[in-house]
Amino acid sequence: MSVLVYAEHDNATLNKVTLSVLAAAKEIGGDITVLVAGKGCGAVAEEAAKAEGVSKVLCADNDAYEHQLAENIAELVAEVGADYKHILAAATTTGKNFAPRVAALLDVAQISEISDVIDGDTFKRPIYAGNAIATVKCADEKKVITVRGTSFDGVAAEGGSASVENLDVVKDSGLSSFVSEELAKSDRPELTSADIVISGGRGMGNGDNFEILYKVADKLGAAVGASRAAVDAGFVPNDMQVGQTGKIVAPQLYMAVGISGAIQHLAGMKDSKVIVAINKDEEAPIFQVADYGLVADLFEAVPELDSKL
Amino acid sequence: MKVLVPIKRVIDYNVKVRVKADNSGVDLANVKMAMNPFCEIAVEEAVRLKEKGVVTEIVAVSIGPKAAQEQLRTAMALGADRSILVETDEEIQPLGIAKALKAIVEEEKPEMVILGKQAIDDDNNQTGQMLAALTGMPQGTFASEVNVEEGKVKVTREIDGGLQTVELKLPAVVTTDLRLNEPRYASLPNIMKAKKKPLDVKTPADLGVDMTPRVTIEKVETPAERKAGVMVGSVDELVEKLKNEAKVI
Ligand SMILES: Cc1cc2nc3c(=O)[nH]c(=O)nc-3n(C[C@H](O)[C@H](O)[C@H](O)COP(=O)(O)OP(=O)(O)OC[C@H]3O[C@@H](n4cnc5c(N)ncnc54)[C@H](O)[C@@H]3O)c2cc1C
Repeated sequence: MSVLVYAEHDNATLNKVTLSVLAAAKEIGGDITVLVAGKGCGAVAEEAAKAEGVSKVLCADNDAYEHQLAENIAELVAEVGADYKHILAAATTTGKNFAPRVAALLDVAQISEISDVIDGDTFKRPIYAGNAIATVKCADEKKVITVRGTSFDGVAAEGGSASVENLDVVKDSGLSSFVSEELAKSDRPELTSADIVISGGRGMGNGDNFEILYKVADKLGAAVGASRAAVDAGFVPNDMQVGQTGKIVAPQLYMAVGISGAIQHLAGMKDSKVIVAINKDEEAPIFQVADYGLVADLFEAVPELDSKL
Repeated sequence: MKVLVPIKRVIDYNVKVRVKADNSGVDLANVKMAMNPFCEIAVEEAVRLKEKGVVTEIVAVSIGPKAAQEQLRTAMALGADRSILVETDEEIQPLGIAKALKAIVEEEKPEMVILGKQAIDDDNNQTGQMLAALTGMPQGTFASEVNVEEGKVKVTREIDGGLQTVELKLPAVVTTDLRLNEPRYASLPNIMKAKKKPLDVKTPADLGVDMTPRVTIEKVETPAERKAGVMVGSVDELVEKLKNEAKVI
């Protein structure tokens, strides 16, 4: 029995979410191999080799993998995955993009966004925007799985000493090509791994007003998120959206400011340890999930909070 | 060019689901059903491409129960020219659906398949990618912008880090994200017209595909409820609680 874990990275560093995927792999059991595919991604492979519980790292370094194009990655993973019983990737936009493609190439089911491992065939996963948790059992010989990072505590990043093997497999479908990307630059912690997240909703009124959240966030070392309404209205970019169709976060502290608490938003944050809601409408559904609720105008409460930290 | 738009009948997104007492699933009896919101966005995108003169024919397709005809009629009221229902009352899963869609793609030979990135019931986010793999097409998932050019399509994708634009050779599969467009409402005259548009009914056997589920649902549970919290009267009290009670700041 062995597990192949696909590493999430930006060709320079290993994304922490991979440590959570490794934790899920460990629960499944067996030898763990990490596949790093990218361009100039040797440092990532070295980093993966140090992670706890990894026995081998395969490094596929080629132009074809630089931008994680699903057409190329899926073929690579399907080929390398032939020797493994479980193939795991993070339920990030990268993993969600190529994993179903791998499963279809192998003619097996794909199990999306597991939040718990029961045994090698049985997993839990949220459905209906997290309003129900399904226990699913897969009959296929091989399992292709994406893992919800916030549901597993990552393995240690240091301590392991796996071997790194270069993989000379080039899959270039020629069907797709990378044109450009616009990546958000921020000095704040990453949303999905931050200990504190402060999110703003439609109640923020406009993008400039998010400044008051950034100030509090910087005092607390927090990441800043948003509701879909705030993203749709153009206040902030799409990568800040928390929810069923945005990012899933589970920080120690989540503060929802000017967010009503629609089920699709709750789906992305209700596993947070402590939830604070600031809303001027005492009937807002967000208060039903909040540990601490404050009925107030956010334009008064947030600056006051800032001054008292 | 011809566009195929696969759509799904799901629980209305405003309905709060209830898990059945015997944990066999969620209670869908007498619950309002609708077209999956991402599928509406897919139909809208196809219609806009038709209005721009890029697309000549839109074929909507659904795989599911007889009642899914309702959603196909809605798609036609929104602008699809005709539709196909692959009727089945069995449980269906993404791989089986992708196989049925592949059979339809082989018959219809569309140059683009536009579908929702995920259905809000199973939250799987798989079908488009699987269809692309089975048909050997490239895929532009989580699209927030679609630009068709000669023999290719440029898709801007919403990714965790921001936005990524890829270029795909046609035929291609595109899956829609929330910000691709804002779907219109069907007008009454169009709803009437849609009643006369062709709706073909087929069975999985007609398509010769095996849609047997690979995954069994052992049980469905209600997630742990959060304990009701407290209301605080002031910012001072909030800060005090966060520091001394919750100890998170
Ligand atoms: C398929 C689908 C997927 C979706 N996915 C997501 C998702 O991933 N994430 C997500 O967030 N949403 C998602 N949504 C949208 C969701 O249904 C809600 O529309 C959205 O979350 C609402 O955002 P909001 O709470 O910011 O806005 P609103 O619901 O408009 O709430 C604004 C709140 O701000 C408060 N407010 C206004 N002014 C002030 C003030 N001065 N001081 C204090 N409070 C104030 C108001 O009382 C109100 O409660 C999805 C919807 C669909 C259909």
